[in-house]
Amino acid sequence: MMADRRWRWFHRLGSPPHVYSLAGRLAPWLGWIALILLLAGVVWGLVFAPPDYEQGDGFRIIYVHVPSAWLSLFVYTAMAVACAVGLIWRMKVAFAAAIAMAPLGAMFTFLSLATGSIWGQPMWGTWWAWDPRLTSQLILLFLYLGFIALNRAFPEQQTGDRASALLGVVGVVNVPIIHFSVDWWHSLHQPATIAQFGPPAIDTAMLIPLLITAVGFKLYFLWLLCLQLRSELLYRERRASWVKAEAGKIST
Amino acid sequence: MRSVIAASLARECLLAVRQLSDLATPLLFFILVGLLFVLGLEPSPEILAEVGPGVIWVAALLASLLGAERLFRADLESGALELQALGSEPLTLSIIGKLLAHWLVTGLPLILLSPLLALMLGLPQAALPPLLAALILGTPVLTVLCALGAALTVSLRSSGTLLALVVLPLTVPVLIFGSRVAMEAGQGGAAEGGMLWLGALCALAASLGPPAVAVAVRISLE
Repeated sequence: MMADRRWRWFHRLGSPPHVYSLAGRLAPWLGWIALILLLAGVVWGLVFAPPDYEQGDGFRIIYVHVPSAWLSLFVYTAMAVACAVGLIWRMKVAFAAAIAMAPLGAMFTFLSLATGSIWGQPMWGTWWAWDPRLTSQLILLFLYLGFIALNRAFPEQQTGDRASALLGVVGVVNVPIIHFSVDWWHSLHQPATIAQFGPPAIDTAMLIPLLITAVGFKLYFLWLLCLQLRSELLYRERRASWVKAEAGKIST
Repeated sequence: MRSVIAASLARECLLAVRQLSDLATPLLFFILVGLLFVLGLEPSPEILAEVGPGVIWVAALLASLLGAERLFRADLESGALELQALGSEPLTLSIIGKLLAHWLVTGLPLILLSPLLALMLGLPQAALPPLLAALILGTPVLTVLCALGAALTVSLRSSGTLLALVVLPLTVPVLIFGSRVAMEAGQGGAAEGGMLWLGALCALAASLGPPAVAVAVRISLE
């Protein structure tokens, strides 16, 4: 009986109407907190943080570049976990969550590529360097696009869900390879400065706004995920009675 | 257990031998891609020797992708795949036989042909043994990855470009390690690091690959 109650929150995550309303209740909180944190972090980072010794004000793009690069890997991992949950417990909501995350992850990957390219122009003198991390981000973008393409290729949603879920689980093997590619090649890109052992090489006055924007970006992602998941669930369950009830609520 | 693998291996090899033209196409494609690269580049010996290993690996990659598309198609259409999935023996075993056979009839000829392409590209003599060793370790990984993609997309009517989009990003580590091994050996450096990585990827693909392909086949059969 205890065990039943302890797992009830998990079992309820398998129910589309429950998750739909849960995401609806969480979304405004996530959105507002993300907005506040992003505003605070961006203003702090762009105005109050000291300019870099070598790069001047050019380094300030870090407050968009690094959080989106972190998120691009985080979202892929989260997506693969959702895929695995879907494959193991045959949970419809997990598949919906995975495909809801995929375009968001692709978006953050693209954002990190674009900001990396813009940052590279003044610093390296070129828009695109075949730097290991830029390259692996590009591969990650293709992994996302392949996932989305496979998911949408099947006439039956269920087959597409399961096929792309397996691809996601296989693809997550590539995520550590992408991460360790930083160590395999040395090149123009500066070595990772945050996730080092020992004290970070970035100055605290620059680090604090970076961490604030990183948390802000994460909450922003969760907010977008709530919205995306809600619309995905509505579409998938469009023939279910609870969706018709929801639609009835709106029209009256 | 061994008999299932052996039976599947024998069946696939026999089918391959009876369709020799299917066997030859990826090999011709392999040489053709090499030729096209040379035509698109400056055919000076220095440039060719430098890009050679990469060209050989890209050609091998594309050739195995081309060969993989038909891997499960005929068995799905004839219903043989469904019988294997429903049978009392684990599907993974017959998949192991199938993958082994596929590597024997596509991967191995590629490896045997690659010295020819290496000769045409003017690769240094010292680079040839590491290149072959890297291909021996790397092509099984390519076979497994292509088979996985083929199994996932087999029920779709036109799967070619989707197969490429799904499989190619996953093959990047093999390409990188494989061509670096040959490149460094050609410049007189040590190739051990890349070779060890290739060995690790090969072990990973050989152990986790067949069950994953079996899962993919079951998904496609639903």
